[in-house]
Amino acid sequence: MADVAAPPYRTIPIIPALKPGSMEGVKSFVANDKINEALGFPGQLVDDWHDKAIAKMGELLTKYRSLKVYMDACVHCGACSDKCHYFIGTQDPKNMPVARQDLMRSVYRRYFTLPGKLFPKLVGARDLTRDVLDEWYTYFHQCSECRRCSVFCPYGIDTAEVTMAAREILDSVGYGQKYANEIIGKVHRIGNNLGLPGPALNDTLEGLEEDVKEATGIDVRFPIDVKGAEVLLITPSADFFAEPHIDSLIGYAKVFHATGTSWTLSSMASEAGNFGMFIGNYDQLRKIALRIREAALELGVKRIVVGECGHAWRVAYSFWNTLTGVGGGADETDRFAQMLQKQLDHRYKQPMHICEFTWDLIERGALSFNKEANDKHIITFHDSCNVARGSRMGDFAGGQFEIPRNIIKAVANNFVEMAPETTREQTFCCGGGGGLLTDDLMDLRVKGALPRMEVLQQVVDEHGVNFMATICAICKAQFTKVMPIYGFDRRMVGGVHQLVSNAIILGDK
Amino acid sequence: MNMASILIAILFYFATLMFVVGLFYRINTYARTPAPLKIPTTPAPISQSGVVLRMAREVVFFESLFKANLWIWSMGWLFHASLALVLMRHLRYFTEPVWGWVALIQPFGMYAGLTMLLGLLGLWARRLFVERIRYISTPSDHLMLLLLIGIAASGLVMKFLVHTDVIAVKNFFLGWMQLSIGSLPGDFVLYVHLLSVIALLAIFPISKLLHAPGVFFSPSRNQADNPREKRHIAPWAAGLEK
Repeated sequence: MADVAAPPYRTIPIIPALKPGSMEGVKSFVANDKINEALGFPGQLVDDWHDKAIAKMGELLTKYRSLKVYMDACVHCGACSDKCHYFIGTQDPKNMPVARQDLMRSVYRRYFTLPGKLFPKLVGARDLTRDVLDEWYTYFHQCSECRRCSVFCPYGIDTAEVTMAAREILDSVGYGQKYANEIIGKVHRIGNNLGLPGPALNDTLEGLEEDVKEATGIDVRFPIDVKGAEVLLITPSADFFAEPHIDSLIGYAKVFHATGTSWTLSSMASEAGNFGMFIGNYDQLRKIALRIREAALELGVKRIVVGECGHAWRVAYSFWNTLTGVGGGADETDRFAQMLQKQLDHRYKQPMHICEFTWDLIERGALSFNKEANDKHIITFHDSCNVARGSRMGDFAGGQFEIPRNIIKAVANNFVEMAPETTREQTFCCGGGGGLLTDDLMDLRVKGALPRMEVLQQVVDEHGVNFMATICAICKAQFTKVMPIYGFDRRMVGGVHQLVSNAIILGDK
Repeated sequence: MNMASILIAILFYFATLMFVVGLFYRINTYARTPAPLKIPTTPAPISQSGVVLRMAREVVFFESLFKANLWIWSMGWLFHASLALVLMRHLRYFTEPVWGWVALIQPFGMYAGLTMLLGLLGLWARRLFVERIRYISTPSDHLMLLLLIGIAASGLVMKFLVHTDVIAVKNFFLGWMQLSIGSLPGDFVLYVHLLSVIALLAIFPISKLLHAPGVFFSPSRNQADNPREKRHIAPWAAGLEK
């Protein structure tokens, strides 16, 4: 990957001129028979893909109001056209959100609307040809489903919904993506995205206990499959061995230790990530999420806490209650959800983000910190797209922005914000989200990181920032890989709980 | 009574029918299509009343568009606000006696025709001269603007340059509403104006003009952010739990 070069920073961040076709050759690897069939998809592109794809599209239009309304409502105003990090980084016009949507909308108009049937040219309607299908594959795998465009659309049209629908149609005709589908297969087969089997996981956790003991002299435990524990921690599997993820896992464990919380991991649900969302497939989304329900029921836990992972938190916060009943407020007659909700302790939010958990304890004065331990860091915070625009923390709208920042300020002395048009709800994706964190899309990932790298460079130059905290496993993996290409040290990226871990004072509880 | 008047009257009946039935059909489809997952673009209101406020800000002030781009926002808002005034002013051709508040806005409504045209031209300029927007424009996007510009311009011509007999026009429409067809003045500009409006009514429910009802059904804007507090489930999804 050494041949991938970073695009130059824009001296004035104006909108780049179009370079049509500049990314048409960047195509993520296609899944093979084995990978597809393991998920119940056709192994290869089926012969009657045209009719099947149109039929699937018709089905989705009746199942998802979002897709139906979004196909109709766009007026081509262009509000979204300069908002996508992939467009800014690649200048390929098909990476403008509206143009990406139009790849599908043109087909929708041809097959599902009167003007498109009668006057296709007039309204920009197209037949679904093999070229169009290939174009779908290429460009719907150049969208990270980050929802930045939906913030600016006057109708709230969310390209992520369109991308998800397109990927579901592609899967249904045997044209799935290798990276996402392979990972989903691993979750079902082994239990987590990284394919870390149970014994290896146990070894890793034992090793961690030894490491922490060595570093602090204190016996911080990393329990797994403990029945009757109060808290079940669901965290991305990258936290178990990837750098810098693991440092945040140590941070969670220290918080639990410092407050004497009884907690456990689960070998059955050793993964918070849910790539079912990335491929837009409700069945997969649900099936993967149900592991958490099963683990919670089996271990009899009272609370479910989720580690630092962006899309996982969106799925947990926004979808778990729907998919699995992990949450509150189910009808008395809803036996499926009630079965679990009766077990959970509703004095606490269900599910709860680890940042909510930690901030709650900080507010109650249950944790103490040596903030100087983080003095070597001048810290900024990168809002992860799925947390920022697809979820919430705390009791008020926007808590997902305040709570992680509050934690950082509670555990460290030096905090600096990046440019406001690139943070909070307007944050830029890291460039690797939405099922694109694969080496075969390295070119796209580097270019997609451009807008974030530009503003990071600003705070580095102006304030000497040397640490960018984030609460997403994908952001962490993406940045450690692409930041060196932009001339930054890869160790500049880390988790919020990594900072917590540095500063927390562990009693001898 | 002449052939042209009869034709216009009949076309108006058809166009109105297409508009009402088509729009009803679309709205019904949107309302009946389930939204299986909670997908408000956050930060989003936590309560239903908050959602009503968010939607009101969106529909009245175009809040998201304001954040996106001041050119589109200013021209778009100018056009829509002017159009609203112009439509209200036009109620005087369908009511006898004219309602008090319609009479009151009459002077503003007249000049709103000008600002409406200005907004449309500003939007079209963007579509023509900004490379990105030109790229995403289809022929119908240009024609739609042309149609609206035609409606506004022909209306303004009748108001300020070549007057038509508005009393006769009003009598025609008062009769039309009672299913009795009268005579229209034989002015060319009037026919351009009316035929353009007929075209607009007819294509409304099958074109991008559906953004008007669509915005109210957009799940990213009309859902409350309360997934942890209340279980949200679509009927087809609940079926999977059986």
